[in-house]
Amino acid sequence: MSISKKQKRRRWEEFIGTVYSIIIYAVLYIPVFVMMMFSFNNQRYNYYWNGFTTQWYSKLFSNSALIESLWYSVVIAVLATLISVTIGTIGALGLKKYEFRGKKFINEMLYIPIIVPEIVMAVALLIIFIKIGLALGMGSILIGHCTFCIPYAVVTIKGRISGDGYSHEEASMDLGANRIQTFINVTLPSIMPGVMSAAFLSFTLSIDDVVMSNMLAGAKNSTLPVLILSMNKSGVTPDVNALTTIMILVIVIAMILNNIIKNALKKRKKMEETI
Amino acid sequence: MKKDTFKRNTLPALAMAGPVSLWMILFVTLPMLYIIYISFMSRGVFGDVVYEFSLESYETLLDSTYFKVIVKSLRAAFLTTVLCIFIGYPFAYYIAKKPKEVASKLIMLIMIPFWTNSLMRLNSWLLLFQTSGPVNNFLQSAGFIDAPMSFVYTDGLVMLGMITNMLPFAVLPMYSSIEKLSKSFLEASADLGATRRTTFFNITLPLTFPGIFSSIILVFIPSLGIYTVTDMLGGGKVLYIGNIIKNQFGAIRNWPLGAALSVLLIVITGLLIFIYTRFAKIEDMEVV
Repeated sequence: MSISKKQKRRRWEEFIGTVYSIIIYAVLYIPVFVMMMFSFNNQRYNYYWNGFTTQWYSKLFSNSALIESLWYSVVIAVLATLISVTIGTIGALGLKKYEFRGKKFINEMLYIPIIVPEIVMAVALLIIFIKIGLALGMGSILIGHCTFCIPYAVVTIKGRISGDGYSHEEASMDLGANRIQTFINVTLPSIMPGVMSAAFLSFTLSIDDVVMSNMLAGAKNSTLPVLILSMNKSGVTPDVNALTTIMILVIVIAMILNNIIKNALKKRKKMEETI
Repeated sequence: MKKDTFKRNTLPALAMAGPVSLWMILFVTLPMLYIIYISFMSRGVFGDVVYEFSLESYETLLDSTYFKVIVKSLRAAFLTTVLCIFIGYPFAYYIAKKPKEVASKLIMLIMIPFWTNSLMRLNSWLLLFQTSGPVNNFLQSAGFIDAPMSFVYTDGLVMLGMITNMLPFAVLPMYSSIEKLSKSFLEASADLGATRRTTFFNITLPLTFPGIFSSIILVFIPSLGIYTVTDMLGGGKVLYIGNIIKNQFGAIRNWPLGAALSVLLIVITGLLIFIYTRFAKIEDMEVV
């Protein structure tokens, strides 16, 4: 009798939890769906719903400012990811493996871009760039993005470096591999999951960044988020909604494919193991 | 012999830790020191920085209008953090109690909206809540209100934007610390006769404090400095510290004042981190 009462309460709690979570998911997804819906809105500016059209998807490609800013964002995000992950990976290994003077200081510096508001980092970089006469543009944005991506990369990868010492690496060297061969064949594969998630994180941070890009953009080009921010006063046009809708669909499809491939590989591995 | 150890230890250490160290010194340490230096300088007539020691910027900060903005930003960031924690904890708890397979899918579902441009999501709230927007239409046709309410460019809408943008950063660290919580503690507590409520307050909550503190840091600091939410949803009417700093370096061109405000932000976050390290080890900080 008491067990069924307990079960009843469990079920009730489970129900409340499910309803609560559905509400939260709904709130998180409402803006995404509204954005998608308004990409089909038959009006130059998004003030109210005026009927269905797909014109913005075809007109999208003639909006050169929009396409250019997307291209600019993607190039910066790819470069920022490559630089951050390269410096971050060897940096994480170096900081973990070697003892040197000032190591504690560098470790503390790595936390600064993570814990200090981004606007402060952006402003600090801006004044130092102006002081040394560096022209604002792609280079300055790239440095800015790397400055907040590298710490995340180092922290993520450091967590993946196993604590079992360096026995594998030493074994590899004993067997006659040199440092670079050891790095490529032994060290890198063992930390690959960390490197991948650092790359993923860096790309995500960079492509959506507004604050750093806005501060360091200079007058000429701007990334997509900076363009959207500047549209805010006049109203964001439906072709931007169309572009963002395409972007999110591409990401979701890529993710689903990734999941399918992963599952297929897992299944194959299991089958091979049973054989 | 000495040359040999150099080749074996110093050279690889330099090659590996060198680039990251150089980057941090050039683009973190130096700019931070320089911004502190600038905050003690004075402003020239034409918006340039005059290299003369002055406390003028800090005196201006204590001026009532700026002080009001600072207090308002702190209050908003605090409110955002508290609400994100209170809304996020039960949500994180619900997900963490699911089987691993399901939980990882539910976490994915939280992440997907965050790959949509954050400004576009903010813009959606604006579209929903504008005077002739769906929310007002609904409220009017349902008879709750007679005339459209003005939600746009209010503190309330800014708060909604802040919370919806920050919630995942609160949920993820709390999720991973609840998920890590060993079942044996909960079972032991139940065996010893504790009610579920007692177990929650005496075991679950204290053991997940590191996750909660990570969430606080990850939500409070960005919400304190952010200016995009206030720019998009506040329409230039709602000003927080972030907007003021941006304006001082942009249109208004008072760099020392902007620098002083930045230093103030550093001090506030520094204090927060100090408190944080008292309660939880910094190594435990789950940033991802």
